[in-house]
Amino acid sequence: MSAAVEEVVTEAPAVEAVPKRAMTLGTGTSLTVLALLVVAPLFVKNFIIFQMTMLLVYGLAVLALNILTGGSGQFSLGQSAFYAIGAYTSAILMEQYNVNYVLTLPVSGALCFAAGFLFGQPALRLSGVYLALATFALATAMPQLLKLNFLEPWTGGVQGLVVTKPDAPFGLPMSQDMWLYYFTLVITIAIYIASVNLLRSRSGRAFMAIRDNEIAASAMGIDVALYKTLAFGVSAGITGVAGSLGAIVVQFVAPDSYTITLAIALFLGMVVGGVGWLPGSIVGSAFIIFVPNIAESISKGLSGAVFGVLLFLVIFAVPHGARQVAIVCQQALAKYKRR
Amino acid sequence: MELFINQILAGISTGAIYACMALAVVMIYQAIDHLNFAQGEMAMFSTFISWQLMQWGMPYWAAFFITIALSFAGGIAIERVMFKPLAKAPILTNVAGFIALYSIINSSAGLIWDFTIKQYPTPFGSAPFLGSQLISTHQAGMIGVTILLLIGLYAFFRYTRVGLAMRAAASLPESARLVGINTSWMIALGWGMAAAIGSIAGMMIAPVVFLEPNMMLGVLIYGFAAAVLGGLTSPFGAVIGGFLVGIFENLAGTYIPGIGNELKLPIALALIISVLVVKPAGLFGRPIVKRV
Amino acid sequence: MLSQKLRLAALATAVVFFTSGAALAQKKYDAGASDTEIKIGNIIPYSGPASAYGVIGKTEEAYFNKINAEGGINGRKIKFISYDDSYSPPKAVEQARKLVESDEVLLIFNSLGTPSNSAIQKYLNAKKVPQLFVATGASKWNDPKNFPWTMGWQPSYQSEAHIYAKYLLKEKPEGKIGVLYQNDDFGKDYLNGLKDGLADKSSMIVAEEGYETSEPSIDNHIVRLKASGADVFISVTTPKFAAQAIKRLAEIDWHPLHIVSNVSASVGGVLKPAGFENSQGILSSAYAKDGSDPQWDNDPGMKKFYAFLEKYYPEGDRLNASTVYGYGVAQTLVQVLKQCGDELTRENVMKQAASLNDFEPDTLLPGIKINTSPTDFAPIKQLQMMRFKGEKWELFGPIMSGQLNEQSSFQ
Repeated sequence: MSAAVEEVVTEAPAVEAVPKRAMTLGTGTSLTVLALLVVAPLFVKNFIIFQMTMLLVYGLAVLALNILTGGSGQFSLGQSAFYAIGAYTSAILMEQYNVNYVLTLPVSGALCFAAGFLFGQPALRLSGVYLALATFALATAMPQLLKLNFLEPWTGGVQGLVVTKPDAPFGLPMSQDMWLYYFTLVITIAIYIASVNLLRSRSGRAFMAIRDNEIAASAMGIDVALYKTLAFGVSAGITGVAGSLGAIVVQFVAPDSYTITLAIALFLGMVVGGVGWLPGSIVGSAFIIFVPNIAESISKGLSGAVFGVLLFLVIFAVPHGARQVAIVCQQALAKYKRR
Repeated sequence: MELFINQILAGISTGAIYACMALAVVMIYQAIDHLNFAQGEMAMFSTFISWQLMQWGMPYWAAFFITIALSFAGGIAIERVMFKPLAKAPILTNVAGFIALYSIINSSAGLIWDFTIKQYPTPFGSAPFLGSQLISTHQAGMIGVTILLLIGLYAFFRYTRVGLAMRAAASLPESARLVGINTSWMIALGWGMAAAIGSIAGMMIAPVVFLEPNMMLGVLIYGFAAAVLGGLTSPFGAVIGGFLVGIFENLAGTYIPGIGNELKLPIALALIISVLVVKPAGLFGRPIVKRV
Repeated sequence: MLSQKLRLAALATAVVFFTSGAALAQKKYDAGASDTEIKIGNIIPYSGPASAYGVIGKTEEAYFNKINAEGGINGRKIKFISYDDSYSPPKAVEQARKLVESDEVLLIFNSLGTPSNSAIQKYLNAKKVPQLFVATGASKWNDPKNFPWTMGWQPSYQSEAHIYAKYLLKEKPEGKIGVLYQNDDFGKDYLNGLKDGLADKSSMIVAEEGYETSEPSIDNHIVRLKASGADVFISVTTPKFAAQAIKRLAEIDWHPLHIVSNVSASVGGVLKPAGFENSQGILSSAYAKDGSDPQWDNDPGMKKFYAFLEKYYPEGDRLNASTVYGYGVAQTLVQVLKQCGDELTRENVMKQAASLNDFEPDTLLPGIKINTSPTDFAPIKQLQMMRFKGEKWELFGPIMSGQLNEQSSFQ
């Protein structure tokens, strides 16, 4: 196996090309979904509102991964690390320095953007399985970093930190859960719209050009290094905000909350939702929250196996995730209209 | 100095575990061109099967070879049933499939055999090897088995028609089909061989770490790291990578003051990544040139 | 004749008295309790990295099935609703809220893991839902002043560490201690307890080695501990790593005074796989009988336990310490609910849980009793040291409580 033999590969891109128009929903559908999200909490128990809030939080984190993988074609198993940085930033600022929770979000976002941008630098040289291993290393390192002795005065070490749940402001007559839900909803929608616009912009086109063919993109004059690290930064920043919101909603942060399992769950969410299809993020998020519950109700002793089987059936039926379902529906609708 | 030598020896003995697993990783990478996250669990399940056979009274070596055969068949069956239908699906969907498989195997093993740890016999005994208490005869035997496997794999990929066909099918599927290679069955064969090698790794590792459903979790991480460090296309590199990871991890834990011990896995991984930044195909891998 | 009439009258008044008595002590219920049913919530990792503990939940479920089959508690059947949190704190919060707000359980019982319980503690205390007998050995659950709705069950890791510290100070005051600990809440709590217990002699600890559960083997830590010159080895480890350490010590021919934490003192689950010949002379301490130790085969309490396993949980493994644990803690809950009588309110549940008096579950060591009070939320405080000899543990020394003087004055 001499090193002189060079393999020449015309490699299919790891992530298939998704045209940018196919990345979003039509106006009508968007408004219907929005209306549902606004009205639904008025009719359900607080516990369901809590679950819906978590749905949005994980949705945001899946969206962030989607921008990175679906947008710029870089694979990451390290999203849990950025999520943890965001969560701990909010928790530490709120509990140790009495900062208002709203103000902690931009701080988390900025910090994670910086962290992601820096991590993107060495990651530039890596792709495919190598990038997977590098990001995986980041995810396994994060809980251990949070446990470090000399950080304990801030992080609370292995015991974690309890976070105080904010009340609704201005004396609004709603429960804490409902307030947090609407607060999260507004932020999620804002970030969603910003992401859609980002991918439609010049930068977004640059991301996708890199995703589809890096060498061709650089030949066209795109600064590949800059845009790749930028994608990492943006993705990490959004993940950080999701982490912050998660910490406030759950009221607790601990190293055990942010293990590689979380990163894998977010990855599964992206695949099930459809890689590169932003609205699918919420479908993916629903999958990772509710399917384990369903699996558990089928069999306790085998809940892991049932989850695996359900996951497999889903990807078997729709290998392209919820996007595929959406496309099929759209085509059916178009056919119906034509008639 | 004595501590230094001892840590190197301890590193070699843990490195043997990683090297064994890394070989299985390289095998599957050669066959399907990506990493299988469920590989460790498949090895664990095989090891449980051999344990069960021995519980039923079968002698060690009979159980050993029957398990290898069963694992080979099992690997092919998994590929035919679960992953052949996904052959046309995107790579990331396949990765999700590996995670599903991981979850299924781990959970089933827990239900069948419980989570209490089980003693697993070694055919080599566990006396000190050549007077060093740090390496036992079992570990020496494990290193021996790893080297035998390595030679076998090297010969297989280099000199047999099937081995060459398999490499061709993995790296250039379309051209391979054009020259008459049945790429679909090559992939299945690769799964079978990877499962068989994994079962050997599992049966070698179990006497050291004890048999239980989560035993391969950590091993697989290190096995991946070792394979990537050595170069995913080179069985030789994977074995060297395994020993290097084992030694380096121990030295980092011992000599980096303060955080070395608490962060030895992250430090080891960081080092591997720095190596990859300089040599993206790993220490012994072939560089890949992409075409537009 | 007259006397007979009188007797009848007396009987009649007695009947009237008793029935009205029952009516007087009127039935009071909170959410989750009724004339026919008591709903109990539980959170345990059935999946994920800590799924080995799922056995506890299954044992408890089987035990409540047994109670129901035998007529229930004061005529009420137990409905045990157990959810999986995969050992993830955010999931534990979701499941706790589901139990309280959707299933409307009376109390949450034996939720497992320090991180998960820390995550739900504030919520449950704010909602005034009992978080009873949590399955973790952290010392922070005994804090009735700040968290009057949370109570632990097993002896805290710290108090167990205190007992070893006391023993070492007495038996080996010049010893050099090397500690191998799991780098999480369990290991850290224990290490702190050890340092506390040694007080001004904490310099006896010459080496500390933390390991992560993701490490396949702990060889290198053992090599370093040996190199540190330690002659006492304290292994604060979970079963797999404890067994590896025992075996490894024998292989490298290092024979320090070896102490294994109670978590990994199971004969069938740790010492047997590690090899009895390697385990001789190991010290540990216990509060419960070991289901895999033959010395309890004829113990009346353990006979009941074995009969229970056979009838209600046949796939349960008596080698697994989790089955003994689940049985004991479920039995304690049943005692609390019995004491509650017809007043099944959350407040009364806490009141009764805080007034357990010399209660002895079948599976606790002879002489170890459960006592609680409104200022003492640590049900089991006692442990007894033991030494491994032949194929079983030999208990020795007095039954000790791990409370340090400073700590008891602190309370």
